[in-house]
Amino acid sequence: MLEAHGIRVALGRREILHSVDLRAAPGALSCIVGPNGSGKTTLLRALTGDARHDGTVSINGRDTARLRAWELAALRGVLPQAATLAFPFTVTEVVRIGLRAGDAGEHAEIAAAALGRVGLAGYAERSYQELSGGEQQRVQLARVLAQVWEPVTEDGPRWLFLDEPVSSLDIGHQIEVMQVARDFADAGGGVIAVMHDLNLSAMFGDRMLCLSEGRIIAEGAPGEVMTDATLSRAYRCRVRVNAVPGEAASFILPHMAQAD
Amino acid sequence: MAVASDLGRGMRHGDRLARARALHAVFAALLAAVSLTSLGIGATGLTLGDVLGALSGAHALEEIERVVLYDIRLPRLLTGIAVGAALAVSGALLQGLFRNPLADPGIIGVSAGAGLGAITVIVLGGSVALIPSGAYAVPVAAFLGAWGVTFGLYRVSTRGGRTSVATMLLAGIAVAALAAALAGVFIFMADDQQLRDLTFWNLGSLAGASWVKLAASGPAIALAIVAACTLGPALNALALGEATAAHVGFEVERVKTLAILSVALGTGAAVAVSGGIGFVGIVVPHLLRLATGPDHRALLVNSALCGAALLVAADTAARVIVAPAELPIGILTAILGAPVFLWILLRRRGLVDL
Ligand SMILES: Nc1ncnc2c1ncn2[C@@H]1O[C@H](COP(=O)(O)OP(=O)(O)OP(=O)(O)O)[C@@H](O)[C@H]1O
Ligand SMILES: [Mg+2]
Repeated sequence: MLEAHGIRVALGRREILHSVDLRAAPGALSCIVGPNGSGKTTLLRALTGDARHDGTVSINGRDTARLRAWELAALRGVLPQAATLAFPFTVTEVVRIGLRAGDAGEHAEIAAAALGRVGLAGYAERSYQELSGGEQQRVQLARVLAQVWEPVTEDGPRWLFLDEPVSSLDIGHQIEVMQVARDFADAGGGVIAVMHDLNLSAMFGDRMLCLSEGRIIAEGAPGEVMTDATLSRAYRCRVRVNAVPGEAASFILPHMAQAD
Repeated sequence: MAVASDLGRGMRHGDRLARARALHAVFAALLAAVSLTSLGIGATGLTLGDVLGALSGAHALEEIERVVLYDIRLPRLLTGIAVGAALAVSGALLQGLFRNPLADPGIIGVSAGAGLGAITVIVLGGSVALIPSGAYAVPVAAFLGAWGVTFGLYRVSTRGGRTSVATMLLAGIAVAALAAALAGVFIFMADDQQLRDLTFWNLGSLAGASWVKLAASGPAIALAIVAACTLGPALNALALGEATAAHVGFEVERVKTLAILSVALGTGAAVAVSGGIGFVGIVVPHLLRLATGPDHRALLVNSALCGAALLVAADTAARVIVAPAELPIGILTAILGAPVFLWILLRRRGLVDL
């Protein structure tokens, strides 16, 4: 179980998050949605211990503020919204950074398997810096997956924190990556994902939290959160759920990829 | 294609660590060869054959030859090894810490800080209250100077876990200028003997090497290199940014503190015995990264070995080129290193996003 109570974060003079409470169960994929600047990344950074915050966060009943970096690393992996790489590592070498304990060769299979999982099987020897943005994003995901390769260990479930895991991916890879998160949850791990794509969140997520101006304004099953009223209020534009436009331009829904 | 498939297997699907580690032995052999050559070359007629004979016990040396070998060439060789290794490892560490291949103890002012510390002690030591003098005071002061600059630069150029290269380079220039100005004040105050000592700082040379100085600096350098070599995995993770390094389990603040301390210790001690020898710290790690990849677990060890070999080779060349006089070694390393620096800059202009 992941529990957060009274999370307040102030950056500079402004309070970005106003006393947010959050619970997430292992075995479920929880999506945090909300407009730009609503505090999604900040909330995720508070949950992972990167942002200074008031309030408490506990994972599997252990207060994260009291855990050392390496203890936390064994418990959860974090995919940041953006990543840079300072030196010309190969794809495999980047993934292996997630395998801290693994030395030469020992966990080579995990690195290879993680790359296969995100659809980059043939990319092991490529230079990371010469990949496209979407490919780089998937390499980073492979690194995070390698870090928490077994969704459940004897210490309990492990957790994935993903900040916009599909933001620069094409629709095929969006579905592939969401399926990775789904499988991780189905195997008993917990997943918290910050998402902009409401369709994918509704399709793959078990729970949805809608953040607006530093507060959670709705939470529950995707069907409960994705209402005309909530979304229109959060995103400040008139949206309608489950309605087909009249003669408007063509549209595509990822849902059809899973229909038979 | 036996060679190609060998390399392929060494790569282990994009993992260059095994190959980089296999090169430790090659570089160690290179260092040994360069060292022996250096022992056999110099102003007196003592040759490589004599040295090998003496070391294996087959050939007895005359008194004067013994002095040349054991009290002049050997301490100079060991000093060269220590200084070369310290500078190259400090460079690799700084580059990992600042996440940029342009960081170098000479370029960003760490050496200048160390030099200022040393000059302060040389000129004021013993005569001004609270400033000590002696063989150990110089390296300690150099360490403090190097530490102050490295720590200050990192604080100034890093905001929220991101390091600005432009700030780092420009602040380094300012620090070096300030150190030069303060050094100028001391030079103005110095007497003739001190002036001779000070000139040596500006050019950089191993000519002043002695067992006494080596005893003061050698252990510090050894400690710095050992500490540095434990940081390999952490620096790899740091290449992905401070936040990611923490996410994969490193205590980032501790890693940074340790890196800064070992840079200060290594550079401080190196500058204390040899003055301002530049560019070793940028050339060696950069070429190694091209050859074997940026994995710090192998890079730091290889940098130590190659830095030592490069400096000993350069020192030997400096003694041969204009014999019986000798060229200050700092001139040689600058002639070699400055073009490499420019080359890195031109190849990857994006590094300095001014
Ligand atoms: N370092 C910072 N200093 C001050 N304010 C910040 C800082 N980082 C973010 N903010 C502010 O905090 C608010 C929330 O930012 P956050 O990054 O959490 O948004 P987000 O919901 O992740 O947005 P996006 O969808 O664009 O990723 C924004 O108004 C932003 O301007
Ligand atoms: Mg965000």
